Amino acid sequence: MSFDAAYQSQKLKSVGTRPLRPDGVDKVTGRARYGADFNMPGQLVARVLRSPHAHARIVRMDTGAAEALKGVKAVVTAADLPDLTNGDAELFAVLDNCMARTKALYDGHAVAAVAAIDERTAKQALKLIEVEYEILPHVVDVDAAMVADAPILNDELFTGGVDPKPDTPSNVANRAEFGHGDVDAGFAEADFIVERSYKTEQTHQGYIEPHACVASCNPDGTAELWVCTQGHFVFRQNCADLLGLEVSKLRVTSSEIGGGFGGKTHVWAEPVALALSRKAGRPVKLVMSRDEVFRASGPTSATSIDVKIGAKADGKITAAMATLRYSSGPYPGMWAELGAMTSFACYDLENVKTVGFEVIVNRPKVAAYRAPSAPMAAFAVESAIDELAQKLGVNAVELRIKNAAREGTKSSYGPVYGPIGIGPTLEAAQSHPHMSAPLGKNQGRGMACGFWFNFGGQTCSDLNVNADGTVALAVGTVDVGGSRASLSLIAAEELGIDYKDVKAVVADTATLGYNDMTDGSRGTFSSSMATISAARNAIAIMRARAALTWDIPVEDVYWEDGHAKAAGTKYGNLSPLSVRDIAAESGNTGGPIAGHSELVADGAGVSFATHICDVEVDPETGATSIIRYTVIQDAGKAVHPSYVEGQYQGGAAQGIGWALNEEYIYGADGRLQNSGFLDYRIPVCSDLPMIDTQILEIPNPNHPYGVRGVGETSIVPPLAATANAVSNAVGVRMSHIPMSPPRILAALNAERD
Amino acid sequence: MRYERPETIMDATALLAQASDSAFVLAGGTDLLVKMQNDDFEAELVVDIKSIAGMADVVETDDSFVIGAAVPCAALGEHEALCAAWPGVVEAANLIGSTQIQGRCTVAGNLCNASPAADSVPALVAANAQARIAGPDGIRTVAVEDIPTGPGKTSLAKGEIIEAIVLAKPTDRSGDAYLRFIPRTEMDIAVVGVGVCLALNDDGAVASVRVALGAVGPTVMLCPEAAETLVGTKLEDAALEALAAACSAASTPIDDKRGTVDFRKQVAGVLARRAALIAFERAGGSQ
Ligand SMILES: Cc1cc2nc3c(=O)[nH]c(=O)nc-3n(C[C@H](O)[C@H](O)[C@H](O)COP(=O)(O)OP(=O)(O)OC[C@H]3O[C@@H](n4cnc5c(N)ncnc54)[C@H](O)[C@@H]3O)c2cc1C
Repeated sequence: MSFDAAYQSQKLKSVGTRPLRPDGVDKVTGRARYGADFNMPGQLVARVLRSPHAHARIVRMDTGAAEALKGVKAVVTAADLPDLTNGDAELFAVLDNCMARTKALYDGHAVAAVAAIDERTAKQALKLIEVEYEILPHVVDVDAAMVADAPILNDELFTGGVDPKPDTPSNVANRAEFGHGDVDAGFAEADFIVERSYKTEQTHQGYIEPHACVASCNPDGTAELWVCTQGHFVFRQNCADLLGLEVSKLRVTSSEIGGGFGGKTHVWAEPVALALSRKAGRPVKLVMSRDEVFRASGPTSATSIDVKIGAKADGKITAAMATLRYSSGPYPGMWAELGAMTSFACYDLENVKTVGFEVIVNRPKVAAYRAPSAPMAAFAVESAIDELAQKLGVNAVELRIKNAAREGTKSSYGPVYGPIGIGPTLEAAQSHPHMSAPLGKNQGRGMACGFWFNFGGQTCSDLNVNADGTVALAVGTVDVGGSRASLSLIAAEELGIDYKDVKAVVADTATLGYNDMTDGSRGTFSSSMATISAARNAIAIMRARAALTWDIPVEDVYWEDGHAKAAGTKYGNLSPLSVRDIAAESGNTGGPIAGHSELVADGAGVSFATHICDVEVDPETGATSIIRYTVIQDAGKAVHPSYVEGQYQGGAAQGIGWALNEEYIYGADGRLQNSGFLDYRIPVCSDLPMIDTQILEIPNPNHPYGVRGVGETSIVPPLAATANAVSNAVGVRMSHIPMSPPRILAALNAERD
Repeated sequence: MRYERPETIMDATALLAQASDSAFVLAGGTDLLVKMQNDDFEAELVVDIKSIAGMADVVETDDSFVIGAAVPCAALGEHEALCAAWPGVVEAANLIGSTQIQGRCTVAGNLCNASPAADSVPALVAANAQARIAGPDGIRTVAVEDIPTGPGKTSLAKGEIIEAIVLAKPTDRSGDAYLRFIPRTEMDIAVVGVGVCLALNDDGAVASVRVALGAVGPTVMLCPEAAETLVGTKLEDAALEALAAACSAASTPIDDKRGTVDFRKQVAGVLARRAALIAFERAGGSQ
């Protein structure tokens, strides 16, 4: 059935309310089952042996003694995961990352794994595996990896996107360029120019739940995987491809998820667990430790970015340019490209050019992290805008408003915008009481804007009307941030029934059609579209059933307020039939009632935010405290406002952690020094004030209720907003993130000297 | 692994004296249990001292407070007389970890774990606390600063257990304070810690002072050069500057994931200045 996704302004009853989430009680009482909470009879325990070296050739490996240890049921190495990738470089990178084939490419790279009857035996077995390494020179810094004599990670990697194609290998995997106009001409016109280089260190998504799965390969060639993931359909595809299974023979069930933020969009150890189970002939449980999560599951890129912006004395930007270098771990990525696309997306620019370089280094394979690549680019650009405002002597909000993109603007990455929220968020910031609140001694205020694309993608949902009139909703997008609550509200809205009469579940891969994963802020956007469509399909059936019951033509039956109603005066004595009435009779009117939907959710609708941050910096120690923080973001339509606010606050909290203290610290030996939450410092509760939020609703024209994704944009501005606040508090431009106390104090000392 | 829960200190020391080298005393366990999670850590014997009579008590005598080795730090914060006498020591002990950790962790454990960053130790050293040690050969008492000999290493002999930490009752015009620097607001390891304890003479000038520095060397260290700068002063700016300079100079930190050499040296001075002012005020001093 065709589905019209166009926005229709209407009065909504359920959407926009704040009921309790259906998964809430289980989560707070400890009943919810996360990745490590699933068990199978006869299950073995898996442990992974990891390289202690940043870069080393595996010369020889002997697993004999480990295999001979009593209680060990299987040992696997790369030989047990043969290369079935058929020239697909991206998939090969996933395979090689799961289990190093010829070289260990970073500290923590898996080289072997064991499955044993208990953890103690598994640990002992790891110690019995002999690996002879030939240690190779390594490089972990993004700039150092680009210099001419840097150790080369991959002799077969030649920089793409340049003409002519180079004939010497390089750690620069690709160059990508975006923009329009003529930046040279634009800079020539400028009265003022700011130019600066910035660095950001590598951070981890820091989800509280480590990766965990139970894999079971059965003798009949079928397999099951119970796993903590953001996308079980994608995991199914990856694992099936790597193990040579038919997709239909692998059933993947997603557990509850204790945070993902992009890090659970990628398989890390799941194929290894399956390979162990296949070899042992028993179910295998694999749970990563926190140390393993840090060392061997994808963090975000470290970056080095140059920005140049020119403007007329009146504040009109005449040209903007950025060169962005993003590390992607030991395999090529497209992270710099995303950074280059998002850099100037908030602005209406005649002349703009961004160039992104993907750089490989001896660090873990980079994975998506909430609006991947955008926060670093925004840090550099929004810092430069702040500096420009100071140079021009104009207010930072006004400068941004003057140059903000609007409907019809050709974006810096190509497309022309529809109705967007950057202007409104800036105007809301300008009139927000936070903006004019007085500041105390050693305090400073900063602001910044952020952009994220958002994504829609393939989606499939089932809506079953039960015989008692309640509704079971099966969705295929993993619920990371409360989407079961939002989707239940949507189903209730469409059908005209109570929220409490809808029960949403995340279906496994065997019971629903393919769904893209929960990334790109698409969960609620795309699955709500499929839910609306499924509900409308169910309504069509219910209208037909009512028509049958009444023995009138279906065209004369319409749906309103949760009831089938007969149109016109001629049926005046027919009282409306509720969902419950129709469901109760379904056995006699044609059987079960269900609505199904499969679609590609197009037109996700770009998203913008503006943040305001106040800090206080101790000038003697460089310690920063966040005094006040406000997030203003366009949600299109906030389906469940509390969870929208939660997304705004969560993104801000993560961004503040990134801005102030979080970073991967490597020793000279290329080993990660801080693979735990003690020294990888995410903010604790007492570090943050209550983060204030303001939801704007500028309807997305491509969604029936106007919904836009809200999950990611909130992490884009905080690095810059915090950096601008700190820079304004201390009077020194902070261009290296995180602004840890030693970095701030060093910058202050340099200024004092 | 064997777990023992003796009821007398003699049984405890005997168990340890007879055991192999991988035998450990278990007080609150907030360090030991974390270490036991480590793949490379193996304990053959764990001797839990929490059932030994008297170990969980704070005893106030005429001239001292005797803090049993199993007293959780939270209990120190609830001991009114101790808080009044040694506010700096109690504050330091109460900085350790979180509410949950506080219910278990002990100052003796903090001392025996021998981390240079241990929070309660600079305060104890500044307060001239003594450790009462029980061993196979009887009881001996040593100054707290003599217990740690390097990161993770102590001067305790095989079979020895710290039975109690003893704090003398302070003189009238004295005060102590402890400050640490951590990048977050809690749940961090001190990047620098400074304990100051001082006593005033009848004129209100500093008569005697002890300054202890944490996390800026292999062990917590007493810093007589720094103390010297304050004697006879009323913490005038020049005295405080001299104190800060002496503390920075005495610091021999390393560059690591928690901070740089320059940062630690500089902040050691800053915290010493601030802690001295608090201790001075607590002693009833005025400038
Ligand atoms: C989450 C968390 C946060 C923490 N935060 C801090 C902090 O902020 N500041 C800080 O300084 N520390 C901190 N710690 C470390 C730890 O809590 C402290 O060092 C604590 O004081 C240790 O005391 P305990 O009684 O738990 O020691 P235990 O773990 O029981 O013992 C520690 C060591 O000392 C030995 N030992 C214990 N008692 C005796 C004794 N009486 N005689 C001889 N040997 C003994 C043990 O064998 C062991 O080697 C933290 C730990 C955790 C887990």
